[in-house]
Amino acid sequence: MHLEDLAEKAAEFRAEEAGIQREVRVCVAASCQSSGSLAVMEALEDACGDGKGTCRVKGVGCMGLCSAGPLVSIADKDCSLDESVLYRDVTPADAPEIMGSVCGSPVERLRCPTDQPFFARQHKIVLENSGFIDPDSFKGYVAVGGYAGMVRALSEMTPADVLREVTTSGLRGRGGGGYPTGLKWSTVAKMPAGQKYVICNADEGDPGAFMDRAVLESDPHRVLEGMAIAAYAVGANKGYIYVRAEYPLAVERLQTAIRKAKRAGFLGSKVADTQFSFEVEIRLGAGAFVCGEETALMASIEGLRGQPRPRPPYPAESGLWGCPTLINNVETFANIAPIVREGGDWFASIGTERSKGTKVFALAGKIRNTGLIEVPMGTSLRDIIEIIGGGIPDGKAFKAVQTGGPSGGCIPEAHLDIPVDYDSLKTLGTMMGSGGMIVMDETSSMVDVARYFMEFCMTESCGKCIPCRTGTWQMHGLLDAIAKAQGTHADLALLEELCEVVQATSLCGLGQTAPNPVLSTLRYFRDEYEEKLQRAEL
Amino acid sequence: MPLPATQPNVRVVTLKIDDLDLSAREDETLIEVCRENKIPIPSLCHLDGLSVWGGCRLCVVELEGQNRLLAACSTRVAEGMRVHTNTERLQRYRRTLIELLFAERNHICSVCVSNGHCELQWLAQKCGVDHVRVPYRQQPYPVDSSHEMFRLDHNRCVLCTRCVRVCDEIEGAHTWDVMGRGSDCRVITDLARPWGESDTCTSCGKCVQVCPTGALVKQGTSVGEMVKDQHFLPILARRRHAR
Repeated sequence: MHLEDLAEKAAEFRAEEAGIQREVRVCVAASCQSSGSLAVMEALEDACGDGKGTCRVKGVGCMGLCSAGPLVSIADKDCSLDESVLYRDVTPADAPEIMGSVCGSPVERLRCPTDQPFFARQHKIVLENSGFIDPDSFKGYVAVGGYAGMVRALSEMTPADVLREVTTSGLRGRGGGGYPTGLKWSTVAKMPAGQKYVICNADEGDPGAFMDRAVLESDPHRVLEGMAIAAYAVGANKGYIYVRAEYPLAVERLQTAIRKAKRAGFLGSKVADTQFSFEVEIRLGAGAFVCGEETALMASIEGLRGQPRPRPPYPAESGLWGCPTLINNVETFANIAPIVREGGDWFASIGTERSKGTKVFALAGKIRNTGLIEVPMGTSLRDIIEIIGGGIPDGKAFKAVQTGGPSGGCIPEAHLDIPVDYDSLKTLGTMMGSGGMIVMDETSSMVDVARYFMEFCMTESCGKCIPCRTGTWQMHGLLDAIAKAQGTHADLALLEELCEVVQATSLCGLGQTAPNPVLSTLRYFRDEYEEKLQRAEL
Repeated sequence: MPLPATQPNVRVVTLKIDDLDLSAREDETLIEVCRENKIPIPSLCHLDGLSVWGGCRLCVVELEGQNRLLAACSTRVAEGMRVHTNTERLQRYRRTLIELLFAERNHICSVCVSNGHCELQWLAQKCGVDHVRVPYRQQPYPVDSSHEMFRLDHNRCVLCTRCVRVCDEIEGAHTWDVMGRGSDCRVITDLARPWGESDTCTSCGKCVQVCPTGALVKQGTSVGEMVKDQHFLPILARRRHAR
């Protein structure tokens, strides 16, 4: 198959929709569903009534502003308005009024302005289709240019060409580590030919992070396309998506996507009528955070106890069942199709010197606009929180933002102007992580924050290595005592010493980074700890 | 002409460990080279003849030019490596790790059948642990005496998984495994059934011999009477490997 054939197909799919005058898009991602978007969708379908044929109600992926859900957007053809009209907090009772509104005079009561910074300041690559296409529709994805990256790679490029584009793009792993994706792919590609695997890590477990879930629920084909391109580039023919069982909707949509892509000949044997074959299987995680660590994840896929093992050998050399394995995060794979389609140079023109492209963040906590955003690397934290996020609600003052989940740290007001990229966050003692951002206001106690994350690490430690297994238990005990104003200066000194030992000696990333929340809160909010100690020693 | 002692495609490298110039086969790990050259490296989970586990972290060493510490049991030698095995920092970390172990379960040497023959006790002495500064967890664990020859005392277990590995890799029975998470981990027989009821256990006793502490012992032993013998392991392992 060539690009022209695909373009023909896409045009054909678009022609099928030509008669539709009004498209009503209802967000059916997990967060809007939990605020009742399915009932809204049903009511809208009823209200559509005999208008069927020219009016279509469509379930779409995440539109970003989760705090205002359920979200509905209406796009009318031949309308004076340039863009679709977005409605927020829609209830089933609002359906007739919305459907009754004519183009040009929307229901102002429910309207959510799309020129506000939350929407205007974003730059969407990973989420470009999210909120527009039906995640369960293969045709919908192809109609907006989907699979063009894969077909281009298979028909016009050699694996080396693909590797070159990905390397040129400067894409770095979006799972948190920031390892250069091109380098990782080249390493796997250079291993001797034979059985190789591609794994998509969708075991997103950081508290407050939901980027990968949204991508899988909104645009599952994009991830499959990225994986297929990766498999072609490194010489693999089998892929696994390791997704946590707590994301049933994402699993369901992935299954549908795999089935439909296979039926259309875009997965399986002879992909797009070429000699390239690629099978994808889903594996469900059983609720262990540590299985997001690559070696534990692979052990889990193999059917073993999900425990990390020492590296090297790295998965690129000896991974799944001892074979060379490429393992990337959902968001990394979601970036691949646009890179191949538009070229690596285009991608490299976005972002900062050492961190290219965009990053999806999940805004949560004490912030007005909670939800999902995608911004170019290098956007300042202040812009993200105060302008895009709308600042802190209820007139409270900002205190800190936590990034990187249980492996990251807290950033205080004084450092809000730094550009968000892998390296600058590291200098502040935190990390990019997978993209969770939890905003805290003046009422949050930083000792409580540290205790919460330590408890998380303690209960999620697999128990293999001593420092993580018993060190997190001890640190949690000390933090608990300090938080309850029962700690002493000796406790704090011991806590700091344990942080050092656990960080330096733990086997995998979970233990090595478990002390980060404590270290970073100690670095910026030491007075909060000492205040509690003083009270204890009075 | 006699055959070369090593496989022809394995090269020999030279490296420096604690200011000693040493040579080693490329496929050896740091701990093997150290043991060969009588450089003491503490370890609880590593045992010659069993697969690498990398769980106790006591064998961490410093490598010049690298910030991160490396576990000697899971790090291959490389040409020109400069390794330090006993710096002040490493000693401090090892002491803390052993303290953490003592505080995790109930390692009360004076009433233990392995008193005087215990690897944990011996390591604590060697590493200079004279106090445990962290609070004890004080969690009582069960004792399984259902097996007619052996006894399992979870209170003494350090979760090194030597029993799991020897049973799986040498005996081939895979009676042992680990269940639970974090500090709640426990070694179990079959699917967490009493040891005496195990269908797979061959009562060979290898797990008892390789256990570094008084967690796995012979029935009928009293304080200090449990002496273990691990000499069989490298010999058996090599024979299995050769086959």
